[in-house]
Amino acid sequence: MSRQNPAKPVPEARERLLLRLYIVGEAPNSLAAIRNLEILFPGGEASGQSVEITIVDLLKEPLRGIADGVLLSPTLVRLAPLPVRRVVGNLSNHGAVLLALGVVP
Amino acid sequence: MKVSNRLQTFVPGLDTLTDGGLPRGRTTLFVGGPGCGKTILALQILVEGARRANEPGIFVAFEERSREIVANASAFGWDLRRLQKDRLFLLDAHLDTATVQGGAFDLAGLLAGLSAKAKELGARRIVFDGIDMLLAQLDDPAAERVELLRLHQWLYESGLTGIITSKIGQADPTLSPRYGFLQYLADCVVLLQHRLVNTVASRYLQILKYRGGKASCNEVPIVVTSRGIEVAGFASDSLDHKVSPERVSSGVPDLDAMLGGGYFRGTCVLISGAPGTAKSILAGAFADAACRRKENTLFVSFDEGSAQVVRNLHSVGIHLDRHLESGRLRMYSAHAGARPAEEHLMQIRSLLDAHRSRCLVIDPLSALTNNGGRTQPRGNLDRFMALERRLNITTVLTSLLEGFDGLREASSASVSTIADSWIHLSYAIQGGERNRGLTIIKSRGMAHSNQVRELLLSKRGLHLTDVYTAGGAVLMGTLRMEREEQERAARLKDARALEEKRRLTEESVADLTSRLEALRQERDDREQDLKRMRGERAGDVGTRAMHAGEIRRMRRGRSTGKGSAPARPPRRKT
Repeated sequence: MSRQNPAKPVPEARERLLLRLYIVGEAPNSLAAIRNLEILFPGGEASGQSVEITIVDLLKEPLRGIADGVLLSPTLVRLAPLPVRRVVGNLSNHGAVLLALGVVP
Repeated sequence: MKVSNRLQTFVPGLDTLTDGGLPRGRTTLFVGGPGCGKTILALQILVEGARRANEPGIFVAFEERSREIVANASAFGWDLRRLQKDRLFLLDAHLDTATVQGGAFDLAGLLAGLSAKAKELGARRIVFDGIDMLLAQLDDPAAERVELLRLHQWLYESGLTGIITSKIGQADPTLSPRYGFLQYLADCVVLLQHRLVNTVASRYLQILKYRGGKASCNEVPIVVTSRGIEVAGFASDSLDHKVSPERVSSGVPDLDAMLGGGYFRGTCVLISGAPGTAKSILAGAFADAACRRKENTLFVSFDEGSAQVVRNLHSVGIHLDRHLESGRLRMYSAHAGARPAEEHLMQIRSLLDAHRSRCLVIDPLSALTNNGGRTQPRGNLDRFMALERRLNITTVLTSLLEGFDGLREASSASVSTIADSWIHLSYAIQGGERNRGLTIIKSRGMAHSNQVRELLLSKRGLHLTDVYTAGGAVLMGTLRMEREEQERAARLKDARALEEKRRLTEESVADLTSRLEALRQERDDREQDLKRMRGERAGDVGTRAMHAGEIRRMRRGRSTGKGSAPARPPRRKT
């Protein structure tokens, strides 16, 4: 999870947003995170920006979290645009999540 | 004690303290302030378990990065990289400050991953180091409890033996609300503390709780040695050690004679005395004699550097330098106050192990009993000495006693009861001089001289002089010499008088003999006379008659006798 170039200001917002959400089965925080993502990015887009989300269930791939350095669940990782960013928690704090992901509402 | 429900920690002393180890398959909590040894202790239990019990382990590090942990571990000789191949898993759970918190989270993902990892590795032990760092992220007491319960539940179901370490307030950790909940979840709670005792930083361990087991609840000192943590002195002690009838020389033949052959091997000898009474020299003589017997010896010096000790002993004919060169002798110098007494004792123990020493000198031991370890010096020393005895190491301790009331002070330090033999050196001030006196105060199991001797130092070594007593006091120095001189003079005088008397008697005998001879001669003569007189009696009468006839004839003018009178024999005068 190396951080590469420091974040460039605004242009990145136009790129496609590639997200990965690590969940643990049907744990309440995990279910809440999925629901919050649906609210934040209805129809797979945000402010006209396309959003692609993959979900990793750590109950099915338990070693994946350790391998990827994901310890707390749920964890949302922004894979693109770079740099990689992480948001931990059930994503109920929408403002903080959007800010962290660099999405301009 | 069932072995099955205990997990051996292999931490020296800890298994004794806990009557077998930590509760197996349960959770143990290590709490304490920063720098008290929680992480080292937890890691040590994992490493030793992996190495010695072949029980793989997982270390989840919330506080330190794994590469820091690997580096720290190498200082104790733990090769984590090698263990990491198949018996140890280090999980870097250091929380990234760049991580944004976007709502409530939990440990379910981590625990799912750890379950898989534990299965893959066959892990038996797991450490969560610095759980407080994780809990601080939750920033919610309710969430904290939920996650701790989750962790507890997971540990319980996993069958792993868990160790959770947590930093909790420095002053009194047990008053912290977080501690209250943590200790409730744990089956065993170990409190580690780091505090200053008389300006010396000391570490302590205390078992606060042990569900379903008996464990000593005393606070015990722990020390960090080059091999990790040790619980000072608890490495299984017993007084039932083998005793040896073998004697080893004290290095001073006269002292050996006083002791009836020397010290017993494997015993502890205390040499006490005021400054300058030659305690170090006596200890040095012992070390020298041990090295000459080809026995590895460790000389621990707290007063002076090694070179200084060697030089000082040189002046009294004890040459340690050659033993140092041959490796027979190892010297260790340290500032007594630099570390707690327990750490010094542990250091000495590891040196003894490494050097395979059979004899040990600690000069002076009082440097240890007087420093910050004062709270427990006696207990540690006791246990330390018990170990030396079990290993059959002969130990000479010197104890510096201020002032001249040495005996009382030594007793207060209680060192004297540890020692099997106690030799006290003192100054005796007599006739304006200060001389060294040596007394054997006690010597367990041996007939020993009860006399005070004078200790003499010279280039040729140490000697104990004969005792001169006068009016119940032992004479030393000039007084002793005067006394010796007096006695010599008296003896001389006696000899002369005797000679004179003999001469006179001889003369008298000679005189008497000659007088006796003369008398005998006279007696013989008289006897001769007597004999002659007896033979002459008849003739004399005839002669007289003849004489009478002659006279008559001369008077009457006519002869009546016949023949002439015999001539008288010459009368011999004596």
